[in-house]
Amino acid sequence: MDATATVGPVTPVGPTLRSERAQARRETLALLFRKPGFLIGVVILAMWAVFAVLGESIAPYDPFNDFARRHVPPGPEHLFGTDRLGRDVLSRVIVGARDVLLVAPLAAILGVVAGSLLGLIMGYYRGFIDDAISRVVEAFLSLPVILVALLTLVVLGSSTLVVVLVVGILFTPIVARTVRSAVLSERQLDYVTAAKLRGESGLYIITREIFPNVLGPIVVELTVRFGYAIFTIATLSFLGVGIQPPSPDWGLTVSDEYTNMISGKWWPTLFPALAIASCVVAVNLIADALQSLTGE
Amino acid sequence: MIRWLARRLVLSLITLWLLATIVFVIANVLPNDVGRTIAGPFAPQETVDAINERLGTNDPLPEQYLRAMRNLVTFDFGNSFQNRQPVLPAIVGAVGRSGLLAAYALLLTIPIAILAGLFAGRRRDRSADRAIVLAGVTLSSIPEFVIGTFLVVVVGVQLRLLPVIARPPENANIITFLSFLAMPALAMAIVYFGYIARMTRAGTIEVLESDYIRTATMKGLTTSQTMRRHVLRNALVPTVAVIGVQIGYLFGGIIGVEKIFNYNGMGQLMLMAAQRKDIPMLTAGVIVIGIVYMLATLTADLIIAWMNPRARLESGR
Repeated sequence: MDATATVGPVTPVGPTLRSERAQARRETLALLFRKPGFLIGVVILAMWAVFAVLGESIAPYDPFNDFARRHVPPGPEHLFGTDRLGRDVLSRVIVGARDVLLVAPLAAILGVVAGSLLGLIMGYYRGFIDDAISRVVEAFLSLPVILVALLTLVVLGSSTLVVVLVVGILFTPIVARTVRSAVLSERQLDYVTAAKLRGESGLYIITREIFPNVLGPIVVELTVRFGYAIFTIATLSFLGVGIQPPSPDWGLTVSDEYTNMISGKWWPTLFPALAIASCVVAVNLIADALQSLTGE
Repeated sequence: MIRWLARRLVLSLITLWLLATIVFVIANVLPNDVGRTIAGPFAPQETVDAINERLGTNDPLPEQYLRAMRNLVTFDFGNSFQNRQPVLPAIVGAVGRSGLLAAYALLLTIPIAILAGLFAGRRRDRSADRAIVLAGVTLSSIPEFVIGTFLVVVVGVQLRLLPVIARPPENANIITFLSFLAMPALAMAIVYFGYIARMTRAGTIEVLESDYIRTATMKGLTTSQTMRRHVLRNALVPTVAVIGVQIGYLFGGIIGVEKIFNYNGMGQLMLMAAQRKDIPMLTAGVIVIGIVYMLATLTADLIIAWMNPRARLESGR
């Protein structure tokens, strides 16, 4: 889009160009906020973010140590009922937002930063480096993510740091592949050739010329990965190797309570499950809106 | 065609070797005292050392790596830490049962998803299209086990329509058998609907914008003739590719579904192995699923090459 604008003069990005970029960014934002899907996604995600930050201070009961009667159905006392130990489900759902909204973005950021670096290098240098890394990327993509994460977390033992590392690394190859293909179409453009003719170094061209122009796909990839990170971490917690007790994490709670659904005590499972669903759907609505914007 | 296939097979073998290497690194290079894992935290050090000696985990890494690769070539995936039986028969049986569930899910989802995708593609940017795309995005972003809990609460507990535990009785007839597996299959089918419908939609839109469709319309073919003769075959190319890829993912999502519905397949086997820290079982499981994924994508590529000769020319070079 604004690729041609950066070709012209040899001078570094001047003030006028920068304000043009700021203007473009404002216009993009205005377009985004006109999309209902994006708005809904932002509102839901913001709500969970507020819950994650405020947590106990807005929860009606203590989510950990306030034991009422067990499995009280939803009612005026306990809007979402109580769980198998008599704790308030609503309070636990509110505080349960915290861990996943901390761990998932970290994993997504790790995957996107590492993947973008690899993708930029592969796409710009091509040749042997590209072929070699591409084969490894291909191998990683044929790994079943949940299963490999399960294996790794069993070997290393589960902790927040290990979950972030494992999920981040498993996301790296797919990000690398996306960024690589974005770089491939950029590097044929005149502004890259011009930079090469000026004698700029590879590092300069990658970081200062190509990177700003593939930022769009990278931002999209970040939101998409954020959604998948919530998906993956919730699944891992449900399988018992993700976020660990005593966290009121949603996936973990579903794992603790799902066997009680059959006897009609559905509320301690359903509400955290709805929380996971609303969270991933919100992120995916945002990602979808961003994608449709950069795709055109 | 033969050259294309040969090249494709060689690449698959290289990928498989790299995959096995990645798994080896996770299982053997990352810090992990296998003997301690098996013997438990309170066992005397001598026991731990004896187990490590027996399993050869103290050998130099290159030696362990060569052994692992030799075993892979001979399809020897080692013995379970738990019962010391070879892991492969257990895995093959479990993959078969999970494969049945996965096939059930795909049979439920593929026809509906393809119809929805074609329908949406022909009505691009109209409200029906937007509704299908939105439903697809929404459903495919929710984890399988979450969809599973919704199904249990609504279909199983409130409406009492279907059994909530996927354990059909022995000698059940086919109808009973399918009804016991219906909910887990449905949970996966719902998640995969979105991916397949979106790919079909994208394929349809691309084909409808092409010159040969304009030609077909201008020479007077009716819409249904154009759809049948020209659109379907070409629009389904990306769909076939995504189904091939999805079969690999299916085995990831199946773990949560099998846990919710207590289905005795690959997911349950792997979960049990994880709880017992049965690393040979887990590594063999990852490699076998990797092979399944590769076979699925290879089959998809073959079908695509058959559907669209240009594809084999492009990748044959």
